[in-house]
Amino acid sequence: MTDAELTDNGLPAAGGAAETPPPPRTAADRAKASRRAWWREVGWRHIVAVVVSLYAIFPLVFVINMAVDPNAGLASQSLFQNFSLQNFRDLFASRPFGQQLLNTLIVGGVTAIGTVLMGAAAAYAFSRFRFEGRRFTLTFLLVVQMFPQLLAFVAIFLLVQSLGEVFPVLGMNHLSTVIAIYLGGALGVNTFLMYGFFNTVPISLDEAAKLDGATHAQIYWTIILRMVSPVLAVVGLLSFISSFSEFVIARLVLTDPEKWTLAVSLYDLVGNDRNPYWGMFAAGAVISALPVLLLFLFLQRYIVSGLTAGAVKG
Amino acid sequence: MSKQTTVDRAELKRRREATQAHARAWGPGFFVKLILIALVDALGLYGLWMAWQTGSTAIAVIMAVLLAVVNWVYFSKRALPAKYLVPGMIFLLIFQIYVMLNTVFVSFTNYGDRHLGTKEDAIAAIVRNSQLLDLSQPTRDITLLSKGGAYYLAYVNDAGEAVVGGQDQPFAKDDAAQVAGGVVTEVPGYEVKREADFEGMGGSLPTKPVENLKVPLADDPEAGSLKVMATDFAKGQVYKPGVTYDEQTDSLIDNSDLAAGVVIYKANNQTGQFEHNGDRYPRGGGWKVTIGFKNYVKLFTDPSISMTFGKVFLWTVVFAFLSVATTFFFGLLLALAFNSERIRGQKIYRVLMILPYAFPGFMAALLFKNLLNRDYGVINNVILGWIPGFEGIDWLNGSTLMAQFTVIMVNLWLGYPYMFLVCTGALQSIPGDILESARVDGAGPVKRFTKITLPLLFVSVAPLLISSFAFNFNNFNLIYFLTGGGPVPPGGSADDPGGTDIMISMVYKLAGVGENPDYGLATALSIVIFLVVGLIAVYSFRKTRSLEDVM
Repeated sequence: MTDAELTDNGLPAAGGAAETPPPPRTAADRAKASRRAWWREVGWRHIVAVVVSLYAIFPLVFVINMAVDPNAGLASQSLFQNFSLQNFRDLFASRPFGQQLLNTLIVGGVTAIGTVLMGAAAAYAFSRFRFEGRRFTLTFLLVVQMFPQLLAFVAIFLLVQSLGEVFPVLGMNHLSTVIAIYLGGALGVNTFLMYGFFNTVPISLDEAAKLDGATHAQIYWTIILRMVSPVLAVVGLLSFISSFSEFVIARLVLTDPEKWTLAVSLYDLVGNDRNPYWGMFAAGAVISALPVLLLFLFLQRYIVSGLTAGAVKG
Repeated sequence: MSKQTTVDRAELKRRREATQAHARAWGPGFFVKLILIALVDALGLYGLWMAWQTGSTAIAVIMAVLLAVVNWVYFSKRALPAKYLVPGMIFLLIFQIYVMLNTVFVSFTNYGDRHLGTKEDAIAAIVRNSQLLDLSQPTRDITLLSKGGAYYLAYVNDAGEAVVGGQDQPFAKDDAAQVAGGVVTEVPGYEVKREADFEGMGGSLPTKPVENLKVPLADDPEAGSLKVMATDFAKGQVYKPGVTYDEQTDSLIDNSDLAAGVVIYKANNQTGQFEHNGDRYPRGGGWKVTIGFKNYVKLFTDPSISMTFGKVFLWTVVFAFLSVATTFFFGLLLALAFNSERIRGQKIYRVLMILPYAFPGFMAALLFKNLLNRDYGVINNVILGWIPGFEGIDWLNGSTLMAQFTVIMVNLWLGYPYMFLVCTGALQSIPGDILESARVDGAGPVKRFTKITLPLLFVSVAPLLISSFAFNFNNFNLIYFLTGGGPVPPGGSADDPGGTDIMISMVYKLAGVGENPDYGLATALSIVIFLVVGLIAVYSFRKTRSLEDVM
């Protein structure tokens, strides 16, 4: 983006920067003027950026400190005074934390893949086919997505009890049960985001392919899905994070610590006000935030386009 | 885009030439489909059979219908859109629509901890649990036995037979038992326990399993059961049900309180419990009945609930609104400030600034609970601790207003990066020529911002703001993990709705934790939340015309 565009966006803060300043007289004046212009244009933004960055990272600095300093949890007076892995050792000794981390990654990963596959297919249908009940189904999804599944946890509990008698893998204390429940929310939440993005792919592309003899399945799998990959990445990431963080249903269904996900396990560590294990919690939080942070940084360039595309439509 | 299009077309052409040799319907895709459908069918038939075996007729019927639909959709040429919709729809129907409908259904019942099952179950439980020492029966000389960690009793009955029995396992004749002087001395397969065996186990003699051991005299619960005397392990006393159920009058006859005499509790099939002069039978639960709109009426008119409900409702709306407003304006300001590539290190700044978005929300809420702790939290001790005379602020458990402020502030930390990203994207999508022509027409920077940039920005982010509102309206994790809904009103317990409880965490408290979970009331509240959020969302989506675009 160039300077001209910058002011074109009508930034009040940059107000008038693009209007030509009066011609400076001497070299010193010129240097002074350009320094002032730099401050007015760019400098203050650096200050804001540093302040906001500090604001963004201070809790993360403290959680790392809490994780590596066994004394920090209940009285953090100083930063990085001690270093030990005691909290990590305690964490893995007190509970099957590795297994719980694996459970969470399985639940998050399978849910993300399933959500992307099912949501993209539905978005394709809505975007490319005109069929009876299309309008109704879209409105219906829009309303249904307002009903978070955790509101229905009483009914979910009843359902899981009776389903478990028929399909043991959809009963209590199975990861697959939790995944199936999360997938139930897949269409509602993500279809719209994807639908908007699918609409930006020109339909002439499909028609050309159809003329060339491609089937609808070929068009979908080989053309459309490739064109919308940014939104697939974003939906996958968002779905991973939301199932990663889900607590109520996971705690309801998964009763055995061997089956717990991280949300249940970490809450178990510090949910009790009388005896919270902050050190172990911090160690667990550092470990479990890593996969999400890495995914996020890895997919960062898709996120902005994906997030806004649903609303802005390209 | 256009370049990619031509590339794709070229590739398609190649692909077409490659595949034209095959008949279209018999390509590799068809076999993938065949295998997948075969797998689904196999699973479905297994489920159908299992459902039939376990007597779950409803599940069996649904399975059969789903199987038929799946097979029809994927082998018919007509149902093209359905091929893409069915997989997601099946999960949606079962795990979202069905549970929603069932939630509606439960909200019209009194289902709860006190009203769990059928009337028969409730009566059986009440009769089983009520017990009264039967003074007409003699004290028995008993022998305490143990086998596999469980305790059993043996004695010589009036017919002179040695009988053995355990918890919920009526006494039965045991021919192998040895008897001496009217007392059972040994039973093969069991270990005899005497009072001395329990000494040294924490001092007090009667340990719980022995104390609670109750052996029925016969299959008929009316016959009573034998219990070990607390003072003497070699003696047993006969207890009879203190309550009997009379089918003729559909009532409980309660004999268990000797001082009060016989009390008759009449079954009330409207409320699903046994009642005497309006009081429910105190030592047992009722059963599940449909009670119509009573839960909803209770929510709005019962003084003990409706006050809290009103406050919680108001705070939920305020919380959701302020959360969106604060994060949006902070995010917008940042987006405006950093929408420039002249800032060196912009990429690093951006990564740092969106870190809170990448840090899972529930962990952040728990972390802030620690950082904001009044006594040991970092914010009071380090960040503000240097201020002379600073005594620490009770962020979370002091005044309600302070806790509410804190919740909004924490949510700001969690939420601004999303708004920052969204606003940045929206700003960049505003066409430069509109602003340029406005400038040519003489509009100043402020006017251009307020008359062009802001309105255009709003149009594109409005749907996201609505989604964000709906999300925060039900932001359970933040509230439950950060404050647990507290601060609790004076005199209340942690299970009562507190100052920062939003509606969804109140639902959880009503149904999940408290002493007497009331699922009926909780689900009624769920339905209210759904209606409120749904109405707000549909209304505002209409307003922003995004629906029209969809159609």
